Amino acid sequence: MIHFVLLISRQGKVRLTKWYSPYSQKERTKVIRELSGLILTRGPKLCNFVEWRGLRVVYKRYASLYFCMCIDEDDNELEILEIIHHYVEVLDRYFGSVCELDLIYNFHKAYFILDELLLAGELQESGKKTVARLVSAQDSLVETAKEQASSISNIIAQATK
Amino acid sequence: MEQLKTIGRELAMGSQGGFYQSKEFLDLVKSIGEARSKAEEDRIVLGEIETLKRRVSEPDIPKRKMKEYILRLVYVEMLGHDASFGYIHAVKMTHDDSLLVKRTGYLAVTLFLNEDHDLIILIVNTIQKDLKSDNYLVVCAALNAVCKLINEETIPAVLPQVVDLLAHPKEAVRKKAIMALHRFYQKSPSSVSHLVSNFRKRLCDNDPGVMGATLCPLFELVSTDVNSYKDLVISFVSILKQVAERRLPKAYDYHQMPAPFIQIKLLKILALLGSGDKQASENMYTVVGDIFRKCDSSSNIGNAVLYECICCVSSIYPNPKLLESAADAISRFLKSDSHNLKYMGIDALGRLIKISPEIAEQHQLAVIDCLEDPDDTLKRKTFELLYKMTKSTNVEVIVDRMIDYMISINDNHYKTEIASRCVELAEQFAPSNQWFIQIMNKVFEHAGDLVNIKVAHNLMRLIAEGFGEDDDSADSQLRSSAVDSYLHILGEPKIPSVFLQLICWVLGEYGTADGKYSASYITGKLSDVAEAYSNDETVKAYAVTALMKIYAFEIAAGRKVDMLPECQSLMEQFLASHSTDLQQRAYELQAVIGLDAHAVESIMPSDASCEDIEVDKALSFLNGYIQDSIEKGAQPYIPESERSGMLNISNFRNQDHHGASSHGLKFEAYELPKQTVQSRIPPATLASTEFVPVPEPMSVRESYPTTIVPSASSDAESTELKLRLDGVQKKWGRQTHSPATSTSSSTSKKTVNGIKQVDGSNTSNSSTWETYDSRKHVEINSEKQKLAASLFGGSSKTEKKPATGHKISKPSSHMVEKSHVRKSSMEIASEKKALVHQPPDLLDFGEPTVQSSDPPSVDPFKELEGLLEPTTQLGSTAAAATNSPDIMGLFTETPGGTHNKDDSDILSSLSKQPVTNMVGGATSTQVAQSSKGPNRKDSLEKDSLVRQMGVTPSSPNPNLFKDLLG
Repeated sequence: MIHFVLLISRQGKVRLTKWYSPYSQKERTKVIRELSGLILTRGPKLCNFVEWRGLRVVYKRYASLYFCMCIDEDDNELEILEIIHHYVEVLDRYFGSVCELDLIYNFHKAYFILDELLLAGELQESGKKTVARLVSAQDSLVETAKEQASSISNIIAQATK
Repeated sequence: MEQLKTIGRELAMGSQGGFYQSKEFLDLVKSIGEARSKAEEDRIVLGEIETLKRRVSEPDIPKRKMKEYILRLVYVEMLGHDASFGYIHAVKMTHDDSLLVKRTGYLAVTLFLNEDHDLIILIVNTIQKDLKSDNYLVVCAALNAVCKLINEETIPAVLPQVVDLLAHPKEAVRKKAIMALHRFYQKSPSSVSHLVSNFRKRLCDNDPGVMGATLCPLFELVSTDVNSYKDLVISFVSILKQVAERRLPKAYDYHQMPAPFIQIKLLKILALLGSGDKQASENMYTVVGDIFRKCDSSSNIGNAVLYECICCVSSIYPNPKLLESAADAISRFLKSDSHNLKYMGIDALGRLIKISPEIAEQHQLAVIDCLEDPDDTLKRKTFELLYKMTKSTNVEVIVDRMIDYMISINDNHYKTEIASRCVELAEQFAPSNQWFIQIMNKVFEHAGDLVNIKVAHNLMRLIAEGFGEDDDSADSQLRSSAVDSYLHILGEPKIPSVFLQLICWVLGEYGTADGKYSASYITGKLSDVAEAYSNDETVKAYAVTALMKIYAFEIAAGRKVDMLPECQSLMEQFLASHSTDLQQRAYELQAVIGLDAHAVESIMPSDASCEDIEVDKALSFLNGYIQDSIEKGAQPYIPESERSGMLNISNFRNQDHHGASSHGLKFEAYELPKQTVQSRIPPATLASTEFVPVPEPMSVRESYPTTIVPSASSDAESTELKLRLDGVQKKWGRQTHSPATSTSSSTSKKTVNGIKQVDGSNTSNSSTWETYDSRKHVEINSEKQKLAASLFGGSSKTEKKPATGHKISKPSSHMVEKSHVRKSSMEIASEKKALVHQPPDLLDFGEPTVQSSDPPSVDPFKELEGLLEPTTQLGSTAAAATNSPDIMGLFTETPGGTHNKDDSDILSSLSKQPVTNMVGGATSTQVAQSSKGPNRKDSLEKDSLVRQMGVTPSSPNPNLFKDLLG
């Protein structure tokens, strides 16, 4: 099971956190501090896995962002590495060549996409298309809401003229 | 950078719609991005929190605005600050009618709240409503929240609805409902135990996504109760077969692999189901073999599936063919250049050696390489492997290595773990008592208070009871050596509390037992301890009791007791101590000193810590006194159970307790009778489909013990206490041990170097004494081979040699003795001295030319270093040559912000890299091994020649050797 997902920039700034196991706010800060100290300092040729408090943290660096997932000891580390990559591919497809700035300014979208991919600490969907379809269905709803909002405000604007 | 950020911001505004974010929010993100220090960031965030606090409490905020505030709260909390003042607004937002707003609300609450938060009760009602919504997106959003927020108490409130959703027309909803039920199962297995049939049913869902999701709960269910799911073996196998044959939609392909994530999950389940079950396993052999063949070992995901296959093969009933494929895959992993694959290889090896221990043989050098790798992760994994393969023959080397590593790390969590492993191995396989005590001393010294106190107690008991049933002299020898070592250790500055307690106890019990140390010396030491660690009450208590014992033994022996002045002052201090325990001990000591020899002997008999103390629980010696009292008119004692008032009170308490436990939250409307919950649940008889036979209780198949060969032999060995060196050497190839001296050795040398290229420099750095241990081998990586031999059981080789009577055997047998002596001695320094005497032999054989240029008077260590240096150079150049296309480096150098789209290309090329190297590695080892084979014989012949001519190999006569060795 995945205990949490962290996105940390090379400078140690947090870009996204998702906790599937209960951690208090205090613990969360501690975890992030510990792990960024552990992971950001690792050389490029070493394993993408780190042992940490009896758990494993699998991380992968994409440009300036580190994607980290914490898993149980008996999970398949290589698989998790691919789940990370799977997530990145979905993000890439959604944002169109995703970069860190996309995630900084649209972190809520990254969360929504992650929610379609992982649920309760397990991979719920491995089909890229399915994820993309669901996310876009939600987005189209947003679009229509937007239109409605603007049309309503137009109506109001006209009515109050 | 500044420009880039502005562009990015504009981009974000433009493409993703400025609808969400106001300029304010963008400015916040920007200013945090530009913050130069954590303090500055904190200041900005605190300011933002103030603003938000003000804003959210304003009346009549438009929804759109509110949504943004909530997102800003999420952002603030993500940065590690407390946004709890806004939680309630996020909860309110979930009540909203518009999905858009609701979704954000749900997102925020799932991020904010843990399952035990008080506000959850306010969301349950909304979730219940949303689960019934017509809009499947609303249902999805609610189910996401269910997975995160619903706790054991609130499960009944949503369970019926979630179960209903299993039949929802939209696959996304079914999938999430399955995941939610899985979560419920994890939180409270009993709440969904009646729903297991639903999982079975969903396994044959039309949608592969739903089927894949169903594997998660099934894996969990199978792992808790294997036998009830044996009937599904056929279904799982047939699904796996279909997946492997690419019957699933193309959309599930991932990097040209058919649905690898589903394959992995299925293999995990099969591993559980086939464990120790021959019949079930036989069904799996074909499909697992197919996957082995089809897996693309050049991609990471292919290797992930391969690894899972190995795990499966090592778990199910063994099949020779599959084991062979697994061993092949492992050797490919280990020979790969990728650290990730090496790591997986080591892990897989650890799994497979349980079944076929012999496969470790061919990988010994790879394992040693990993052990000496600078990468901590890999190193720890290797220690785990070593831990699994420890036997009485290699325990010394492994535990020494572990302790060296333990000393070098700071991570307390791992330190505790490795310390407990050392203790466990030492207890299980200790070759001698002395060794055991030394290991324990080291563990205590370096891991200190991380060690469980029980370990110290065990050691005390061990010293007190002794190992031998038969001879007392060995025991007393053990004790006096323990006392010696502890007195020595007491000279060191900071000693952990647990260790001090142990030391005090042993000194008190046995400090003066052998007459080597006088009572005043020991008591002086003890009072030093009590003084130096004056803020540790427990240690002081141990010290006082130890003092009392020493004095008592003195008095009992009829000697006059003079209390040292420092002891006296210490006692005075303790007599007035705030700790009642210390005070009592001090008074006891005072009282004991005042008694005569006979009384003291019965209070504190010498070396009686293991004697049983007889306790008269009935207190019969008081009978006379009671009789007297009753005769004088006292009330007889009434046992508690017979006293009348007590009964009622305890009854009452029970009832009260009962009432409290049944109290809980109610989520159903009161008029609904309880049965409705059950009636909604479909009965257990479900439509069976092609995959799933109707679940019927299966007859439990004959099950085999899961641990197949693990330690039958090692158990037998561990009963003996002496180091056993014979009988194991056959496991490991003899080529590793042959001192290769002929010309062919140079070729083998090089190729072997090729293998260990990656950490060539590292090897020379890690000049632990073990590295020098290998004096009789001259090959460049001989120290590794030696280590390999000692780890993997070949150490017996050294003992066998004396029988052959060759000259070369002499130093080696000598060494064996030496190493025994060394290990029992305390300081490593002395070990090194012992080693220093040996190198001439070593140097002579390998590179006679080098030796000739060095006068024998030169410090042998320097010679060794000189020998080792070329190795490193060789190794590093080889590494540079083979690794020239440094793809990792390229990859990491991609500039920040410009994320490359062709990521996957880079990845694939990355994963191709190891394959080419792997092939190279494979051939080179073969060369190395084949060339090493005959060498042994050659060299032995040459040795005997040397001997006949009356020349000792160590004599510095290079010309002679040139003739002899060609």
